[in-house]
Amino acid sequence: MLNVVAPQSWRKASASAATLAPVSVRAERLTRHFGGRPVLDGLDLSIHAGEFVALLGASGSGKTTLLRILAGLDAPDHGEAWTPRARTVVFQEPRLIPSRTVWRNVVLGLDGAAARRDRAVAALAEVGLSHRADAWPATLSGGEAQRAALARALVREPRLLLLDEPFAALDALTRIKMQRLIASLCEAHGPATLIVTHDVDEALLLADRVLLLRDGAIAVDRRIDLPRPRRTGGAAFDALRTDLLAELGVAAGV
Amino acid sequence: MTQLSSIADPGPLIPASGRTIVIPARRLSFARRAIGPVAIALLWGLTTGLGWVDPSVLPSPAGLGEGFVRLWTEQDLLWQVGVSLARALTGGAIGMAIGLALGTAAGLSRLGEELFDALIQMLRTVPFLALVPLFIVWLGIGELPKLLLIALATCFPMYLNASAGVRNVDRKVIEAARSFGLAGPRLIREVVLPLALPSLMTGLRFSLGVSVLVLIAAEQINASAGLGYLLNNAQIYQQVDVILICIVIYALLGLAADLGVRALERVLMPWRTGIAAR
Repeated sequence: MLNVVAPQSWRKASASAATLAPVSVRAERLTRHFGGRPVLDGLDLSIHAGEFVALLGASGSGKTTLLRILAGLDAPDHGEAWTPRARTVVFQEPRLIPSRTVWRNVVLGLDGAAARRDRAVAALAEVGLSHRADAWPATLSGGEAQRAALARALVREPRLLLLDEPFAALDALTRIKMQRLIASLCEAHGPATLIVTHDVDEALLLADRVLLLRDGAIAVDRRIDLPRPRRTGGAAFDALRTDLLAELGVAAGV
Repeated sequence: MTQLSSIADPGPLIPASGRTIVIPARRLSFARRAIGPVAIALLWGLTTGLGWVDPSVLPSPAGLGEGFVRLWTEQDLLWQVGVSLARALTGGAIGMAIGLALGTAAGLSRLGEELFDALIQMLRTVPFLALVPLFIVWLGIGELPKLLLIALATCFPMYLNASAGVRNVDRKVIEAARSFGLAGPRLIREVVLPLALPSLMTGLRFSLGVSVLVLIAAEQINASAGLGYLLNNAQIYQQVDVILICIVIYALLGLAADLGVRALERVLMPWRTGIAAR
């Protein structure tokens, strides 16, 4: 059962103050089996409003399963999760509808005034894509398509933004731009954000808090207090990076 | 030559460019398409004009022209074709609508597939001609059995293409649409059917073709006009010229249906025109 918890707006003051903010996500003893194998095994999790949380884990550790449960796309075998009503997902692929122009993709499923073109264009402007509002999805580049998918998530004013490896299919340069865009948009709108990624650098660049999923439960829960805007490198960054990689089973590089 | 032992010898170099792809000029496309039909017409004119073939077996172009004029004036050919087309399109519309509905259900849900896929796969191999006497017994000799026969025949190609097209729609896109609040008829209308359109258009092509083919069977049933009626009579009286004229009319109808569907594709799938150019 997914219920609604305090879908009130919350402006993030600072990373540490976020712990005092209302709870946006609460998951209790989540268990999910696939073919007899427990992928999630009694997982507990809470995320506060305005918090940007990165979820790390090896392949098959259940990151995406957890995100899908929070998105309402999958149901746990046991346990319960509560999320705000306004929650949206950006998938690894843009998943745009090829038969609708970009702006109609953005307002997909909305009704009445919410489905107006100017609202879609405003959301597209936020991701720097308003000039492509009337284009067909097939004519977009990979980065543009993913920005359109981001606009589609933002136009719903989510209280919980779920990102499932949203940059994994992008080239390195586009990825850096998208990471900055996400960071500034989340700062401006202040939803609770959960990003699933296997990229430790990405997690450290974006997140207030890094979770590491192992054996179906949260094995590491670490607050990241690096100053913003962040960049890769530096002693503190490298120390965190080495730590997290070690937790993921990757020994320090040669 | 080199001091490094780990460098692999590339051997002699070959030109990197492959063969140049020659794209035929667009403006001569029509002329190239016409080569086949024109060659056959020439061969036909030559063999019949030189008296190599008995005119009762294969009439000359001139003889066929006379036959055409006779059909046009004495038997009101245009009206007959009109009657047939009206039957084909009415029955076809009913059949395609049913095929589309069943195909969408079978493509979307396991239950739908289990309920009627096996039945349709069995029925679709039944020849239309075998059904004619049954339909006469069940439904009489009016317009209804003709229309139902056409509907039945056109239902299958649309069902097969619609179910395959709907089944092949990207599940991930459907899941995303669901996560953004689309469900039920709205999901089908706004996402599933548009994405299945290429297959639906193939179904439309086949169904339109079948709708005129099945006229031969349908217009055996007490018909007094129509292409099938003309063909059946010509068969009885061995009128080779009438048969050939009907065949040409069928060919032209097929061509018209194809051009019509192509035009419809451009109107209904504007998002695909941009891709083809890329």
